[in-house]
Amino acid sequence: MTHTADNCDVLIIGCGLFGAFTGLFLAKRGVRVTVLERGWVGAQASGTNFGNLRLHGRSANQYPLSLRAQDLWERYGDLTGEGCEIERTGHLYFAVTDEGRDTLHRDAQTATGFGVVSELLEGDALRQRFPFLSSHISLAAFSPRSAVANPRLATAPVARAIQRAGSHVIEQCEVSSARAIPGGFEVQTTSGRIFSAPKLVNAAGAWSGRVAKQFGEPVPMFSAGPPQFVTEPLPFRLHPSVHMVEGDVIVRQIRRGNVIFSGYPRTHSLPSGNFTHVPPSKTLRGMSALLRCIPMLAHGEIIRVWSGVEGYLPDMLPVIGPSTTIPSLFHAFGGSGGGFQIAPAVGEGLAELIASDMLPSMLSGYGIGRFIDSTNVSVKIEREFDCPAIQ
Amino acid sequence: MDNPPRVVIVGAGPAGLAAARHLVEGGIRPVVLEESARAGGQGTRRLVAHMSHHRNRIYGRAASGMAARETVEDAVLSQCDFRTGTLVWGSHAGRLELLGPDGYDSLPYTHLLIAVGATDRVLPLPGWTLPGVFTLGGAQVALKRHASFIGDRIVFAGSSPLMYLAAAQYLRLGHPDLTILDTTPLSRKIRSFPAMMRHAPKTALQGISLMAELRRAGIKMAFGVALKAIEGGERVNTIEYATRGGQIVRTPVGAVALGYGLRPELQLAELAGATLRYDKRHRQWFAQVDAMGQATDGLWIAGDGSRIGGAEAADAAGFLAAESMLTTLGHPAADPLKIRHSRRRLKRQQCFQDAMTGAFQWPAASAPNIPDETLVCRCERICAGEIRHAITTSLGPVEINRVKAVTRCGMGRCQGRFCGPALGELVAIATGEAPGYLRAQAPIRPVPLLATDSEHT
Repeated sequence: MTHTADNCDVLIIGCGLFGAFTGLFLAKRGVRVTVLERGWVGAQASGTNFGNLRLHGRSANQYPLSLRAQDLWERYGDLTGEGCEIERTGHLYFAVTDEGRDTLHRDAQTATGFGVVSELLEGDALRQRFPFLSSHISLAAFSPRSAVANPRLATAPVARAIQRAGSHVIEQCEVSSARAIPGGFEVQTTSGRIFSAPKLVNAAGAWSGRVAKQFGEPVPMFSAGPPQFVTEPLPFRLHPSVHMVEGDVIVRQIRRGNVIFSGYPRTHSLPSGNFTHVPPSKTLRGMSALLRCIPMLAHGEIIRVWSGVEGYLPDMLPVIGPSTTIPSLFHAFGGSGGGFQIAPAVGEGLAELIASDMLPSMLSGYGIGRFIDSTNVSVKIEREFDCPAIQ
Repeated sequence: MDNPPRVVIVGAGPAGLAAARHLVEGGIRPVVLEESARAGGQGTRRLVAHMSHHRNRIYGRAASGMAARETVEDAVLSQCDFRTGTLVWGSHAGRLELLGPDGYDSLPYTHLLIAVGATDRVLPLPGWTLPGVFTLGGAQVALKRHASFIGDRIVFAGSSPLMYLAAAQYLRLGHPDLTILDTTPLSRKIRSFPAMMRHAPKTALQGISLMAELRRAGIKMAFGVALKAIEGGERVNTIEYATRGGQIVRTPVGAVALGYGLRPELQLAELAGATLRYDKRHRQWFAQVDAMGQATDGLWIAGDGSRIGGAEAADAAGFLAAESMLTTLGHPAADPLKIRHSRRRLKRQQCFQDAMTGAFQWPAASAPNIPDETLVCRCERICAGEIRHAITTSLGPVEINRVKAVTRCGMGRCQGRFCGPALGELVAIATGEAPGYLRAQAPIRPVPLLATDSEHT
């Protein structure tokens, strides 16, 4: 059954991956959905991130969501009818310090508890298997099921699948105000269009804080992005996605040969909230850090740097779940640098919650209510951002 | 003063050199950064040593003036902090990021003049990436820098005054087989000529005399042609075109020099904070500057890197920008007559260039004819058909930067500097709007991964 865009069951603000997957899983249940996107589908954090589908190295409470997400990524083609260069490259964490070694051992144990392989390698075994790592690296953990995808291509197929399921996605449609009305919500756009629906999802990414605030639920979210760069195509040697467990080197190579790098510290977005610079000093710093770990990349040429506008919360966890103030309002935003991998499961879980009023257990712990009394600040905030990260 | 001014010029071509000269006369010692090994620019490129005895033949009547100018320029540069072989790869927060002979460095500035010039503007046709196909600028560089012809039978194809200049330079050095295929009809050139004469009679007459020189030598010239394809195997061997009358002609070639005028190199200006503006007449993007070349606080842009104007316009614009920089530094103003004269000279050349857009047309109208299987993006090997398919897909990209993100056209080594104009036209066909602009990101040229352990902020 088709419906008009301005009169639907669920209105979703934001067509990044959270909004798109939520829309798709609702549409697949026969719910009539309209997704409003202020810019272009998947153009912000969903499209500018590093593209890791990393499975190991997570805390225990994140595994259920992350594992379900990996199942869904592995079925991405069936879900959307298209591809987004998903490849099961495996993911390699390596450690350079004693503290890092401890982390790898601990994380491998946690992973094993959830049936996730995180194979520890050292000495000659490590050297033979991953000869590109610098000789001072003594321990690494390999997760064979981890994968990568091309974030630039990931969202649009999901949005097109929503359309094929009979629902609507509207680009260049920026919400200026949203309010609760009897029986639901009314949303007005900057061009004066009005949409209404019994249920509303706030999945506006780095712009979600504004929507939450309009409903009396302010969150301490801020926008930032990592310094990233990509090289010209180089011989394809770096097969897994590689990540320094202590921090500032995250690197992978795609089959076309380009090496993609992401590092720390992340930079705050401009006050306008629409752009994040890549300070050249961070690019140079990233080069040095990268070459310390993978010396063979020396003299490869960098052709472009970029960052993104990503929403972060002080505890480095996303907000997913029902509003604490308004019935039938739901939030899904603030991926905090880890939103890409979990996105399909966030969408699936939220769709279940919206359709059945039952919060799936994999979504517990991400509610917006956790910021009401106090704010838990992750140790990553100091380590991974320009200070002060939280003003 | 708490902080001494740091005046920096990027680019030692006509605009940068004119600015350096005026700054030095004003008692300033600017830093002048030049990517190549020598000053001089592109159109007015200094010849390598073993070509210098051909100077008169290459530069014709301009040769003696150039020799004198080079002497003056050298004297000026000796009073600057002149750094050759230095690439400026980025600009952020009042600093320039350099890659020089000694590696990476960072240079703070208070007053920055960007005078980095232009590159060839090309529109793809089948076979344009074959070995033996050069840009017009490339054909000139081969001569001036490498003392080499690009091939034995050369076709200059496209529409640009540079076709006639380059052909004349090849002719004077004894090349025996040159052909010019100009896509603009002769009637359009004749129609544009009065306005060109009105604004810059000397430059217009130089053009006429170049054409006459080529005509006298029996160089074959065809106007209003439609370029169909360049063909070859290991190397280009044939060019196919339709005459104005619609007749298909296939000509054997050894090399092709292709181009449709120039496009300003705007990336550094954009990173340094300049605003860009779309120019309808030129159908391309220029930097937004005031009459003195100032773009914003602390930033000036002059020469072809601001808007296409040629060497004389660059010379005037460089002087004006330096004058404006000196004024903001508290120096007394130059002779008002001289300022007025330079402004008039700049304006005349710019109006001349405006008129020339009719005489040498950018073939936007033929963009729909680029076959689907023709490569648009050389670096990433993306064809016109892939771009068209992406744009017309439901929820596909319809904004040029999104098209880049989805198709990878413009994502390679050149970062869209060569495919950008064509991509702009392909997107414009779909949207019905003016061609867009690919946002700049550092690095402006590819830069090598080197360990610097630099902790500068």
